[in-house]
Amino acid sequence: MALAKDYASVMGRSNEIMKKALGLDYTDFESGSVAFDYETLMKSTGYTLDEVAKIQGRTGVGNTPLLELRNLSALSRKYAKPGYGARIFAKDEAANPSGSFKARRAACAVAHAKKLGYKGVIAATSGNYGAAVASQAAMQGLECIIVQECYDSRGVGQPEIVEKARKCEAFGAEVVQLTVGPELFYSFLSILEDTGYFNASLYSPFGIAGVETLGYEIAMQCREYIGKDPDMVVCTNAGGGMMTGTARGLMKAGATDTKYVAASIDLTGLHMASDKQFNRKSCTTGHTGFGVPYATDPDHSDVPRSAARPLRYMDRYVTVTQGEVFYMTEALANLEGIERGPAGNTALAAAFSLAQELPEDAVIVISETEYTGAGKHIQPQLSFARENGIDICFGDPKDDKPGENIVLPKDPSYIKCKDADINRFRTSLIKKACGKHEGTPTDADLEFLALETKTDVAFVKEVLGL
Amino acid sequence: MVKKGEWVRIHSIVLEPSGRAPKVPDDTRACPLEMWTKGFLQEDAEIGDEVTVKTAANRLEKGKLLEVNPYYTHSYGTFVPELIQIDKQLREIMFGGDK
Repeated sequence: MALAKDYASVMGRSNEIMKKALGLDYTDFESGSVAFDYETLMKSTGYTLDEVAKIQGRTGVGNTPLLELRNLSALSRKYAKPGYGARIFAKDEAANPSGSFKARRAACAVAHAKKLGYKGVIAATSGNYGAAVASQAAMQGLECIIVQECYDSRGVGQPEIVEKARKCEAFGAEVVQLTVGPELFYSFLSILEDTGYFNASLYSPFGIAGVETLGYEIAMQCREYIGKDPDMVVCTNAGGGMMTGTARGLMKAGATDTKYVAASIDLTGLHMASDKQFNRKSCTTGHTGFGVPYATDPDHSDVPRSAARPLRYMDRYVTVTQGEVFYMTEALANLEGIERGPAGNTALAAAFSLAQELPEDAVIVISETEYTGAGKHIQPQLSFARENGIDICFGDPKDDKPGENIVLPKDPSYIKCKDADINRFRTSLIKKACGKHEGTPTDADLEFLALETKTDVAFVKEVLGL
Repeated sequence: MVKKGEWVRIHSIVLEPSGRAPKVPDDTRACPLEMWTKGFLQEDAEIGDEVTVKTAANRLEKGKLLEVNPYYTHSYGTFVPELIQIDKQLREIMFGGDK
């Protein structure tokens, strides 16, 4: 008998479909209450960091250059007090085969799918991850389907997402494009069920293990070029995988004093599932619309338990505006001679500002760059914004209103990242996690939540009023 | 007429407005969830017909026939004068001397 394919029926089979599509039973890691065994989930890949590096190396992934952005560092110093203004470095992840760090995540997921005998891989993504999975599937000889949210109800596609579709197709993948809405997950599940392909989720332990090599390389390259570990690593934050994997990799390399800063574009006020607001934002990722919900509730992704848990690692969470990021994107091209972005330039705009808090001999690394091109280059993004009625002007980024304007800083002194209240996010995570379970949290739960939020049991107890 | 075997783009309605998830905002709930994909046309048809295609991943999918030999038109956008101003400002600050 054919299975019912209506929305409720497919969503009702979600757990069963996931189990088949990941080759992993997440109930093995559950405690029955709030806590689950995160480190055992991470070990379930069965691959050591060294093995992951070998898997990636076979397809030319990883070992990307670490570039010192000398002119941007010098520019930042002009706005710092004497003796301040850290050296800014960028990990040039655009050098990966698919043009972004997502190749690291895809390499492991696709290799694992192949090892388990799956004929194809599927990923739900409108971003670089689709191109990465398609590229890896091409190299490893698997079928590939990418499901993306691309159009509003007028049929207007976000140019950056349209470009990703083109790239996926160039690698031989099928791209299923949808209008705005969280029911993308329903289409995704339905196709997983019909095809029996592997769910190459961004949030599986394979994906996150793939990012650990990035952090490890940053530590090794800093030691080689500068003779020390980076003082600060800034990660553009959306789903939290970059922050999680990079920090874990640095820790595996023995970097103990590095501070981890998450950076997102502030899109407060725009609803991510709104049809009318979809094309009023000029960045498709690395913004608070993904960054905050995924940080405070990691387990609402396309797997039962996300391996990306950024609040475990971040020391600070800062925001920048769209205008600041666009300005830095242009500055990167004009002063460093490299066209990159958009994604990594969120971290770059934050790093430009954070560098001014640190002495001249301090080292800040932004963990990624990404390829640019038609649709995702700064010019089509800005002209698309203008066509959609967004006011573009020079001024003080403080006047930025997402969905209404893009305020380009009138000079670089106006680029100032803002600290978000990380304790508020930590509180939110603790409350959401406990809200999913009945009864009083156990001692193990309290310790788990302290690890989840990089705090201590006293903090967790205070939040819960215990 | 579009011949069987041509590479085409199709469109379908995945969920009608009445069938959308409970949590979506009102403006989104007013619209159907729509889908597009591409593939080889499985039988001769006219634009607008309900057809079946075989996709790049060798999957059969049904939908309304939209276009033949679909291609991308995204670009580097139209001129944004502010970018030239940023370039000039940065060069002046960095290399313009002690003004």
